[in-house]
Amino acid sequence: MYWPVDPDTLRAAKINGIGMLDKTLIGKSFPPLTVDVDKWQLKFFAKAVGEENPIYFDEQTAVAEGYRSILAPPTYGVTLGCAVPDPFARAKAVGLDATKILHTAQSFEYFEPICGGDQITLVATITDVFEKRRGAFKFMVEETVATNQLGQLTTRFRQTVVERT
Amino acid sequence: MKEVFFDQIATGEQLPSLTKPPITRTTLAYFCGASNDHNPVHIDSDFARAAGADDVFVHGMLDMAYMGQLLTGWVPQSAILSFGVKFGAIVYVGDTITCHGEVVDKTEQGGVYSFKLKLRAVDQNGESKLTGEAQVRVSPPRVSAGRTLNNQ
Repeated sequence: MYWPVDPDTLRAAKINGIGMLDKTLIGKSFPPLTVDVDKWQLKFFAKAVGEENPIYFDEQTAVAEGYRSILAPPTYGVTLGCAVPDPFARAKAVGLDATKILHTAQSFEYFEPICGGDQITLVATITDVFEKRRGAFKFMVEETVATNQLGQLTTRFRQTVVERT
Repeated sequence: MKEVFFDQIATGEQLPSLTKPPITRTTLAYFCGASNDHNPVHIDSDFARAAGADDVFVHGMLDMAYMGQLLTGWVPQSAILSFGVKFGAIVYVGDTITCHGEVVDKTEQGGVYSFKLKLRAVDQNGESKLTGEAQVRVSPPRVSAGRTLNNQ
């Protein structure tokens, strides 16, 4: 289960319920998630966004360009991070209502490429939880570090979501 | 893709813009499966209306993927150092997104030449939907350190 290891944290989240933000989760990292980068899904993603560059769906082109396999597009880290039964588990843990969440900001820093066949380990840390307009807007910021099977840092990305009441 | 040189572009210049086809329900269904974002507000009109929206709306990450294509259509993906956006307004099914980029700063640090880009995506009415920034590496100036194009 993709969830904080600390049982006290889990209990706090339950006691707080919806409506109260659990600031004690700021700075908490979550158990690592290891995901296989599926080539079929990369090709499907390329089709879904209307990608025309064969580096994203043709093995030969990607290898000729020096990649291990077809290349994951720049925003693909978020897709890997969603490869869990409940992508909203962390938001729920801090007390956000998952049915009212909107994604407000997303950023990436890039290091090594992510390619088909890679195995990526993601570690997410909640970096901030705060409110605006007297609680009408509740925000959570999290940062995820994605490392490949060679131990190389591939990307670090930051996501901000808001619950609008 | 043409190589982009540091000396070729001036601050204030625009990247070639990218207009994507209108976003259909089919687009959203594909992106739901492909992106692992299975939130029904993006694919199920009944659910979206029950949740208070007029209709299904577009995954923010689809808009960001389009903006990524503006960048990777201009420089190789490996040249993107950082890329960030803010999702300013909801994009609805049927909207047509156009992505724009502008060079706002040019930097040389330790032999690495890069541009800071200001990014903006608008719908068919010109309404701003997404804003952002990226830092991209570019090729060194063609004329530098006493070398000219002719003797390179």
